[in-house]
Amino acid sequence: MSTGTIEWVSETVSLAGIDLHVARAGSGAPVLVLHHEIGTPPGLPFYEALARKFTVLVPSHPGYDKSSRPEWLRNVRDVAVVYQWLLGELAVTRNLAAVSIVGLGFGGWIAAEMATMAPRSFRRLTLVGPMGIKPERGEIADLALLSYIDYVRLGFADQSAFDRVFGADPPTSVLEQWDLNREMTFRIAWKPYMYNPTLPHLLGGVATPTLIVWGRGDRIVPLECGERFAKALPSARLEIVEGGGHFLDMEKPDELARLVVAFLNRD
Amino acid sequence: MHLMYFTEQPMSAYPEEAGREFGATALMFSNRHFDPVAGSRLYNEYLEHYRLVEEVGFDGIMLNEHHNAPFCMQAKCNVFASILAATTKRVKIVLLGNPLPLADNPVRLAEELAMIDMVSRGRLVSGFVRGGGQEQLATGVNPAYNRERFEEAHELIVRTWTRPGPFRWEGTHYQHRVVNPWAVPLQKPHPRVWIPGVLSKETIVWAARKRYPYIALSTAIEATKKIWEQYDQVAAETGYAGGPEYRGYLQRCHVAETEEKAMENARQFMWMQGEFTGLAHPVWSTPSGYFSPSYRSAFVEYAVGRRSNPRGAAFDDQIRDQQIIAGTPKTVIPKFRRLLEETRPSILGIWGSDGFVSNADTKTCIRLLGEEVLPAVREIGKDLGLWSPFEANAPVSLAFPEPARPAGENGAGGRS
Repeated sequence: MSTGTIEWVSETVSLAGIDLHVARAGSGAPVLVLHHEIGTPPGLPFYEALARKFTVLVPSHPGYDKSSRPEWLRNVRDVAVVYQWLLGELAVTRNLAAVSIVGLGFGGWIAAEMATMAPRSFRRLTLVGPMGIKPERGEIADLALLSYIDYVRLGFADQSAFDRVFGADPPTSVLEQWDLNREMTFRIAWKPYMYNPTLPHLLGGVATPTLIVWGRGDRIVPLECGERFAKALPSARLEIVEGGGHFLDMEKPDELARLVVAFLNRD
Repeated sequence: MHLMYFTEQPMSAYPEEAGREFGATALMFSNRHFDPVAGSRLYNEYLEHYRLVEEVGFDGIMLNEHHNAPFCMQAKCNVFASILAATTKRVKIVLLGNPLPLADNPVRLAEELAMIDMVSRGRLVSGFVRGGGQEQLATGVNPAYNRERFEEAHELIVRTWTRPGPFRWEGTHYQHRVVNPWAVPLQKPHPRVWIPGVLSKETIVWAARKRYPYIALSTAIEATKKIWEQYDQVAAETGYAGGPEYRGYLQRCHVAETEEKAMENARQFMWMQGEFTGLAHPVWSTPSGYFSPSYRSAFVEYAVGRRSNPRGAAFDDQIRDQQIIAGTPKTVIPKFRRLLEETRPSILGIWGSDGFVSNADTKTCIRLLGEEVLPAVREIGKDLGLWSPFEANAPVSLAFPEPARPAGENGAGGRS
């Protein structure tokens, strides 16, 4: 993949009483990237790899990282609606059309909810280890029972990748942001924890071509959930990345970017 | 003064090694280590202690509850309150208290408390708490809405007690088509509400705004003084003068026949603080959204092992700061004098024993407290003018500015 500096532009979009922070880079067809429940460091290599081919938009979810916390927001579907508004707004102000979505983990759940609301609106949908469907055999790892560091480490099959992204011993400022993001996750996804029982029934109408990617070593969301997503979505294929964990975007950015770029470029 | 007895009802009869090995004795520490034979014996010993407490002259029995942990066997304070309502005659039954956010049906709670108040013939003091951090996880309640649920449940309970039904409640966390429980409290306008706490400024401010007494749970003397500064300031802003009738304190104090024995048993107060088996788990005790935002960085550092528990202190420090008092009646009385002179509470809880203190030593402690310490403490309280809410006829709250009395007595009305 080509290298070179990527220019990131930040803007704040005000909607539904929220100051939503959106980072943007690159040019070409628009791709909305939705981050994990832990939030996201800025300018990750995976985002930059996509920005070399597309216009990449990375919003901070309402109440996460740089976006303000809406006191009223109570579930993940609310977040999906906020992002539908955001895309509506950007369609007018930036002439944004035929958007693809890449949802990472918790962001994948939001993306799936968005797709059920607008079954034909998106060009392509990529879900990377999404939450949102209840596993039948295993369990989705519980954020509330693990320390900030232990939880994030659990999402990496390769611990040196964690060290590379966050440092072996992340500073307190990072932990505080993880805590704020964790609190916001509790506010909207506490019970049932990390899934929506009606989602599998609503995925059947989604006409958007979908790529589901799963790390074989995902210890946060069991692989069986990927199989259930693939079964519920009429136009989906499941791709398994050997040796990868839950945070594939941070652990194997090049490999994930190759899969996503190829999928998005396909006619 | 109002002098009350307290015990955490510890369940010391579990394999300590298992606790050490697991690294925590909370939430996920398996209840296969619970021994119901020992549990049955201990529950009955605690009841025996409570009866003795009334006999030796305490004014009240303070009860609390915790979940999924051996440091407190009482999983529902209303159960023991119900038993005491029927088996005691004189003591106030002081619940400190029901953890409101854990309730999914506050109307049911209002109903249970009304029953306890009637069975006890108007001896209930109904305190409310937020519940510990791990309790939110033990009951599956969202820690991020802990304070919102606390405040809404409180409002609903007081309304259920004071406003004739039926009415409808459409709140943020609670919705009830019909609020109209048949049972209402005997005491009018409603049973007294006291609010205990340790650290959260938000709770002190909330209690002061409501004009509810605040009970400081074993804080160090200097910290306790700061609590009263804050309480009194909010009281003044709210339009009344703070003072002893709004101040309570829970003192850990073990009394024995010799100094050595007392000190040896007092070390057991560290049992629940993890010195022996490690109670708290840094993550489970501080779920995100539960603790005060002003302590966020301290708690996140605690959760990953970068600093010690912001609530914890070593045994020697706690002895020095009088968070723990131990000795014979003769040596503990001057310490109570210092506490009362410096912090001026009118409500005093005495937490006598913890951990592995034997049944016999606990009873000796209760007897010595009743026979020798309480009379002296009462005299000191009189000298210092520390009149309890009952003695001072203090109002129940800002919203209901009159003392609580059983309906039918001294002009207090029944519901008409």
